Amino acid sequence: MFAYIVRRLLYAIPILIGVNLLTFVLFFIVNTPDNMARAHLGDKYVTQDAIDNWIEEKGYHGPMFINAEAEGIETLTDTVFFRQSIPLFAFDFGQADNGRDISTDIVERMGPSLTLALPTFIIGIWVNICVALMVLMFRGTSLDRFTVISFVTLMSISYMFYIIGGQYLISKEWQLLPVSGFHEDDAWRFLLLPVVIGVIAGLGSGARLYRALFIESSGQDFARTARAKGVTETGVLFRHILPNTMIPILTGIVVVIPMLFMGALVMESFFSIPGLGSFMLDAIQEQDFSKIRAMVYLGAVLYIIGLILTDISYTWADPRVRLS
Amino acid sequence: MKCRNLGRSSLLGATLLLLSACSDDPWNRPLPPDESGQKVYYSSYTGQPKHLDPVRAYSSDEGAIIDQIYDTPLQYHFLKRPYELEPSVATSMPLVEMLDENLQPLPEGSDAKPAFSRYTITIKSGIKYQPHPAFAKADNGQPLYFFNTVEQGSTYKELKDFEVHGTDVLTSDDFIYTLKRMSDPANKAPLIGLMSGYIVGMTELTEKLKADRKEDQWLDLRQYELEGVQKVDDHTYSILLKGTYPQFKYWLAFRFFAPVPWEADRFYHNPGFKDKNLTLDWNPIGTGPFMMTSNKPKREIILERNPNYREDFYPSEGMPDDVERGYLADAGKRLPFIDKAIFSNESSSTSQWSKFMQGYYDRSGETSANVTTSTFDQAFSMGPDGLELTPAMANKNIKADEELRPSINYLGFNMMDPVVGGYTEEKRKLRHAISIAWDSEELIQIFLNGMGQQAHSPVPPGLFGYRDGKEGMNPYIFNWNEATQAAERKSLEEAKQLLAEAGYPNGRDKDTGKPLILYMDYAASDSGPVPDWYRQQLKKLGIQLEFRTSDYPRFKEKMRQGNTQIFPWGWLADYPDPENFLFLLDSRQGSLKCECDGSNSSNYDNPRFDALYDRMKEIENGPERQALIDEMIAIAQKDSPWIYRYHRGEVYLSNEWTNNTKKHGISMATLKYVNVDPEQRAAQQMAWNKPNLVPLVAGVFGLIALVIPALRAFRRRQRLTIETDS
Repeated sequence: MFAYIVRRLLYAIPILIGVNLLTFVLFFIVNTPDNMARAHLGDKYVTQDAIDNWIEEKGYHGPMFINAEAEGIETLTDTVFFRQSIPLFAFDFGQADNGRDISTDIVERMGPSLTLALPTFIIGIWVNICVALMVLMFRGTSLDRFTVISFVTLMSISYMFYIIGGQYLISKEWQLLPVSGFHEDDAWRFLLLPVVIGVIAGLGSGARLYRALFIESSGQDFARTARAKGVTETGVLFRHILPNTMIPILTGIVVVIPMLFMGALVMESFFSIPGLGSFMLDAIQEQDFSKIRAMVYLGAVLYIIGLILTDISYTWADPRVRLS
Repeated sequence: MKCRNLGRSSLLGATLLLLSACSDDPWNRPLPPDESGQKVYYSSYTGQPKHLDPVRAYSSDEGAIIDQIYDTPLQYHFLKRPYELEPSVATSMPLVEMLDENLQPLPEGSDAKPAFSRYTITIKSGIKYQPHPAFAKADNGQPLYFFNTVEQGSTYKELKDFEVHGTDVLTSDDFIYTLKRMSDPANKAPLIGLMSGYIVGMTELTEKLKADRKEDQWLDLRQYELEGVQKVDDHTYSILLKGTYPQFKYWLAFRFFAPVPWEADRFYHNPGFKDKNLTLDWNPIGTGPFMMTSNKPKREIILERNPNYREDFYPSEGMPDDVERGYLADAGKRLPFIDKAIFSNESSSTSQWSKFMQGYYDRSGETSANVTTSTFDQAFSMGPDGLELTPAMANKNIKADEELRPSINYLGFNMMDPVVGGYTEEKRKLRHAISIAWDSEELIQIFLNGMGQQAHSPVPPGLFGYRDGKEGMNPYIFNWNEATQAAERKSLEEAKQLLAEAGYPNGRDKDTGKPLILYMDYAASDSGPVPDWYRQQLKKLGIQLEFRTSDYPRFKEKMRQGNTQIFPWGWLADYPDPENFLFLLDSRQGSLKCECDGSNSSNYDNPRFDALYDRMKEIENGPERQALIDEMIAIAQKDSPWIYRYHRGEVYLSNEWTNNTKKHGISMATLKYVNVDPEQRAAQQMAWNKPNLVPLVAGVFGLIALVIPALRAFRRRQRLTIETDS
């Protein structure tokens, strides 16, 4: 397995270079360094000197990819792309356009992101699986049909509706929880509403998927054998069907686990939770290339870790799987 | 049996929930109640401040915070209108001397044009900085926290980690240090370009600092000479300007001229501090009424009373209706009134509004009134006397403070454009015809909820030079109705006549017969109610309006290159002087003419206007200046390089317990005047936020009602299977 993990990590290097290159190209096609400077220096009393200084200080001066005036290896190294990319691989994200240290901000914001994303994720999966199993128990009944219709209805409603509706009813009309905000001392009061909304909003698609997976397993020989041996229906569901459906379940969820650090863009923004999701949203709105690049790079790294963890989890879920 | 247990547990849970509802504290409180007994002001911001360095911070989001921390030599009178400057840390208004080329004072009444002007400013003695580790000293008098290596300061992550705080007395050196910081390109001062053109020696210092600086090293600016800025004594300094710049006095009330001690600069240049966000840009050190004790821009910013704040008192004079509105109730009392201000970050204006209505924020907004299209109907209704608060708001005794910002919103014509530009009579008539058809009053009603005023010239109300009524009316677009004593837009027939005289009868070229198509350069989507309304205005004349949309950077680029035809644009004043608006039509500010980021985006070029502008900007307010402004406005109305659209207004709302909430259109340093009644706030918060548990209990019982039959059905089914098998 060790050799497999090392090989996967080596594969990650060209992927990360590619991601970085793509981000760089996309950003600089949309925005020239001159425009970035003007956006950050404001509209009033801007001089060309101030713009040039800003560009130079950010390291956006000179050729982008190939320095025709340089010689040897410097043709590639004395370029904006090289200067900007190398520190990234050492996880040195540098300073944002507002002068703040990006690494420090990311570390600070990871906590609030996790406090929201982790419970939403765990409770969401637990609820989805429980509901899917419950529906499976009533398969073919009117309750099953009613639940499936409910799932589709839940899926059809916009995520925003849950957020705005939840804030309106729970916080404004019934005055049970704060509309938004975040404080470590009593974080649960601020997280309860977004977590509940996150779980409900994901219930339709999640439970429907798991229901489909469980139905497929429930018709297989091992389930029939278990029933024939007199195992109760709950026993069949929890001891036989659930473990045998773990591979597709793990495929969907393990890859997401590292991404939980990246936060939830919309949820954090609406509930004023100072996590990485809103950090990314701010970066896009401010057109802060340093922040965007750092977040995209971090996202790519975490996604690769998620994929490797998924492969490893297969060996745990199914002893027949061997990584080599 | 089990079902009965479940029912009992649920009933017990619901009872506990109901009992907890009897607790005094509202459940939806977003901030823990302050139990320190301090007078706390609660507010919010939607736009996070990006810079808090006084030489760099420019936006109102930044000003709302930083202006409470730094003192400036001058300030604006809180209550008087038109806006009036007064000394702040200065003992009096600056002494201004006009000098010849040899720096000798010109004789009084001399007609000679001054080569230089010198501002001498004397500051009050005994003013102290807020407590801060930058001033902490060891027993031997050496600074305690100035480090030379990263390791020395490695144990300090935040300002609260520093145990010892000190203070220092404000001297003229600190104001000089600020101006040197402004000259330093590393600090990216927005005013460096403008001030380099005036302050003697600033350009040279900038070049020298640029050459001397290596990476992020600290440069002791005390060692550098800024020729035009001289220390007279510990409490007096002078600034030498090239030529004259009467508007310079207004900048002395701006944060760019606030004092920064060298110790602050040195402290924040400790090695490794930047990586911990310990910078002057994020942790201000001032002499103002408040000091920053927590800065988590994404979460909250907390300001607390500066224990070393100088003696400062609430004004005793104001406008005639200030007594009635309660703005003079605290006259003569020592400032500030509040002990602490908590500004919470709100990503969504809906949440911000909800919390204001729940009584958790004392005001609806700081830099914006936050009365949007979606909330307007909750706040205002149209009464017999115009806009008034809705009964729901009036029942809560919410206060409304109107602010008409010194700003202009216009639709610019590119005067270099072959179709809409030019100075011939036909071209003027074309622009006048379009201006008549463009019904800005309707726009104000539909899109601004009536919060704005029709513009007739570049100069907004509240500024010297502005004329109201018939005198101020744009006679090319409006007629004066003697009966109503109001300006009335000329008829569409007149506009069509002008259009025909311009060579476009019924919106078609008289020679070719082709329809007249105009292009609006626009930095937003061309679909939606606003663009539709724009199209509709020109359609009245048979003119077709096409949008050339682009993102904002590209739009700005087009403006710089003069690659536009018609464009929506605006200007918000930096200081309350007509010069700050009329310069927008100075030809030397034209983007194409100066090949720079000029502010004259229309590329308007009228030599007479320029000549009047040169004279107007150099003289003090008075009849001569008024006459010059009148003539300039008349020229601008005749040439019509803009469609003068509106001067934006806003109504800020404050909860009953918040006092002294008068809005100042220019200054943001007004937190020191704000007063609150915490007891009243606590009582109202409790009264307005009683949790409604009925839906919650109903939900729990509803769930039980669903689960119990499901469980019964499941058990029945399980038993049925067993019976069948046997």
